[in-house]
Amino acid sequence: MNEGASATIETAALPFAEARKYEEKAFGFWVYLMSDAIIFALLFATYLVMLDNTAGGPTGQQLFSLERAAGETTLLLLSSTTFGFASVALAASNRPRVLQWLVVTAALGLGFLFLEFGEFNGMIAEGAGPDRSGFLSAFFALVGTHGLHVSVGIIWILVMIGQVLAKGLTRPVASRIMRLGLFWHFLDIIWIGIFSIVYLPGLI
Amino acid sequence: MFGRLTIDAFPFYSAIAASGAAITVLGALSVIALITYLRAWRVVLFDWVSSLDHKKIGIMYVMLALVMLMRGFIDAAMMRSQQAIALGNEGYLPADHFDQIFTSHGTIMIFFMAMPFLSGLINHIMPQQIGARDVAFPFMNAVSLWLTAAGAGLVLISLVIGKFSTAGWSGYPPYSGAEYNPGVGVDYWLWAVLIAGVGSTMSGINFLVTILKCRAPGMHLFRMPLFTWTVFVTSILMIFAFPALTVACGLLALDRTFGMHFFTNAMGGNMMHYVNLFWLWGHPEVYILILPAFGVFSEVVATFSQKRLFGYISLVLATMAIGILSFTVWLHHFFTMGSSADVNSFFGIMTTIIAVPTGVKVFDWLLTMYRGRLIFKPPMLYTIGFLVTFVIGGLSGVLLALPPVDYVMHNTTFLVAHFHNMIIPGVLFGYLAGYMFWFPKAFGFKLNETWGTRSFWCWIVGFYLAFMPLYVLGLKGMPRRMEHYDIAAWQPHLIVAAIGAFIILLGIICLGIQLAVSIRDREQTRDLTGDPWNGRSLEWATSSPPAPYNFAILPNVQSIDAFWDMKHRGVAYQQPDRYVDIALPKNTFIPAFIGGAAFVFGFAVVWYIWWLAVLALVGITLAIIIRASDDETEFVLPAREVQTIEDARFAKLAKAPRNEMVDDPGFAGGSVLEGST
Repeated sequence: MNEGASATIETAALPFAEARKYEEKAFGFWVYLMSDAIIFALLFATYLVMLDNTAGGPTGQQLFSLERAAGETTLLLLSSTTFGFASVALAASNRPRVLQWLVVTAALGLGFLFLEFGEFNGMIAEGAGPDRSGFLSAFFALVGTHGLHVSVGIIWILVMIGQVLAKGLTRPVASRIMRLGLFWHFLDIIWIGIFSIVYLPGLI
Repeated sequence: MFGRLTIDAFPFYSAIAASGAAITVLGALSVIALITYLRAWRVVLFDWVSSLDHKKIGIMYVMLALVMLMRGFIDAAMMRSQQAIALGNEGYLPADHFDQIFTSHGTIMIFFMAMPFLSGLINHIMPQQIGARDVAFPFMNAVSLWLTAAGAGLVLISLVIGKFSTAGWSGYPPYSGAEYNPGVGVDYWLWAVLIAGVGSTMSGINFLVTILKCRAPGMHLFRMPLFTWTVFVTSILMIFAFPALTVACGLLALDRTFGMHFFTNAMGGNMMHYVNLFWLWGHPEVYILILPAFGVFSEVVATFSQKRLFGYISLVLATMAIGILSFTVWLHHFFTMGSSADVNSFFGIMTTIIAVPTGVKVFDWLLTMYRGRLIFKPPMLYTIGFLVTFVIGGLSGVLLALPPVDYVMHNTTFLVAHFHNMIIPGVLFGYLAGYMFWFPKAFGFKLNETWGTRSFWCWIVGFYLAFMPLYVLGLKGMPRRMEHYDIAAWQPHLIVAAIGAFIILLGIICLGIQLAVSIRDREQTRDLTGDPWNGRSLEWATSSPPAPYNFAILPNVQSIDAFWDMKHRGVAYQQPDRYVDIALPKNTFIPAFIGGAAFVFGFAVVWYIWWLAVLALVGITLAIIIRASDDETEFVLPAREVQTIEDARFAKLAKAPRNEMVDDPGFAGGSVLEGST
């Protein structure tokens, strides 16, 4: 991936001890992502266990909208691409470009959250909230946990925009953006899982 | 304003509950008074609370564990005395109170005694064993500590404000759901466990990265001491198992707080799913607890047999096999819940298979002792006591692994006897052995051996008296967690068990006296060399207590038993020509703040004080952002100061006898020591 490549280029010129620090942090972050992936795996499993437990309430087919899910998917996948551009700019030490792409990524992420929030709101207004049935509890828990991660990601992007403005593309800042990138792409992968396990089969 | 918190939350309704609350409050006040009396606030705050030093964090973890051991033991003693007298009468504890006590006993012993004890020993020793100066992420390490402390705090405060859960330490729904358990008890349990669980996950990540990335030059994986190996596997288990606890408890909290239907009776809930999720964490957790204890036994048995560990590779492989198999046995906790015969058979077979690598380990330890020159110091006594007792527990476990047998024994005191038979000798004896083995490393003086030996004998005799009768009672069909009963044949066994608990109390008192006597006599038992036991691994190469940086010059490892090898080659105590600057983490109060805010958050959510919960979350977020924007988290200890510290150390070494074990009967380390002078 771009981030990985840029990190090696970045750290190649560093003193050994400092380079090792960043490598430890990157590795630790990968391990955290594995742990987080287990949380999502268990939430997916919960969703599949609860799939038919609609308790006489609405099913996914009645609730999901392909247009909205497609819109959410588009925004999130695009935001991953734009983060990739930010990483490329980071490797080239192009500060204005990094800022620009981070802002675009945050905006796309906010757009995603806006759509998701609207979806949740609409469902709750229809009486299909998380307390309606086991199925809906599992749906809100899985998709909501992903949404919560995206919100944290957006806060993190804003913090990094602040750091780039205040400190420039220093090595600690660059290494943080690298880990933020891992986090952001990870959320994309989770979303692909949600799209293909929750929305697509739900609508078929 | 205060959610559902009203004046009725204070336990004025019951003399026993009120005295429990009073003891908790008085305990806290007396600690504050003691610190004030000693004028130690500056030291406590600026040297300890804000410290990121893995050694100090380790010591604080163990202090927390010992305090919680006492609290958990008081619960146990109350249960034993209740059951000893409650034949045909209500005893002195009402059912609701008794239920809280067995819940808090299990919760405290697993989450707030065993876990902190384990994290404490790992923190203090593992970095030294691999020749590192600290863990990979010192800041996150401190956050883990304070999150664990926050969880423990929630359990403790539930005694004073409100009630604790009555749903058992595993909190099965639907009984733990809002419908049957509407009060705050289960919420206290949930948030204590959730907050501490996040800390444990982070500890796992930290230890794993430390072991994989921070080893000294030459410290190949297959040269690592066995304790480090067990920590390695335990960290992997922590990273992959704790998310299951987070999900299980998180979803149960959603059910209770927001009326969702994951585990409810009606509306499409599936309570079996909770049980699966809980034990998906719960079974690996058993191995998370016990593997590091196996590591301690391996270190102790080799040191006090004065021999290289027998079957090092097989011990490593057995540890890894246990790590993998631990994820394939969780269903044996609920054979009776109606899975098909095939599913039950699979998990029954896997459970018996996991006894094989454990058996390999037992043979390795026995063969390490074979033809060794044994020295019976307290850590070694605990190890031998473990070997004998643990095998009995293992056998009863293999028995329970057979689904048809389990159908008969399920939920009886046979099960209670079985898992205490694993956890007390397997886990607690291991940690106590580690505590006595590494105490001189942490504090620079040895623990009193007479009182250590006495504590051992009280513990092991008390253990047998307390739990062997429970096996019999289980075979007679006594269910666990009974508040009172009307079968007269049970009572004699329960009285013996209560006597056993009393002898264990004597064991705990001996531990307290040991600590007090050792502190009083510390000038006579100073460890001047840093190597009081003629040790084998690198933690004995540092001074006792170690300098903040552990190793002034990173050691160059050439063999298993690295320090033993260095002593043989005569390079163990060579002073280098020059020193270099060493970067160390600066102290900071942010981890303690995060822990405090997490405690406030948990308390606020338990009582539905939403504004306070939001405030605490915002505080945590800001604290993380502030830390994440700080690029100056380290300070440099100049080579000059390192030189001063090391010169003092070598001056002390020159005066000290090389080894304090020389006078012990059976001591065989002479040749090693000659090489090292």
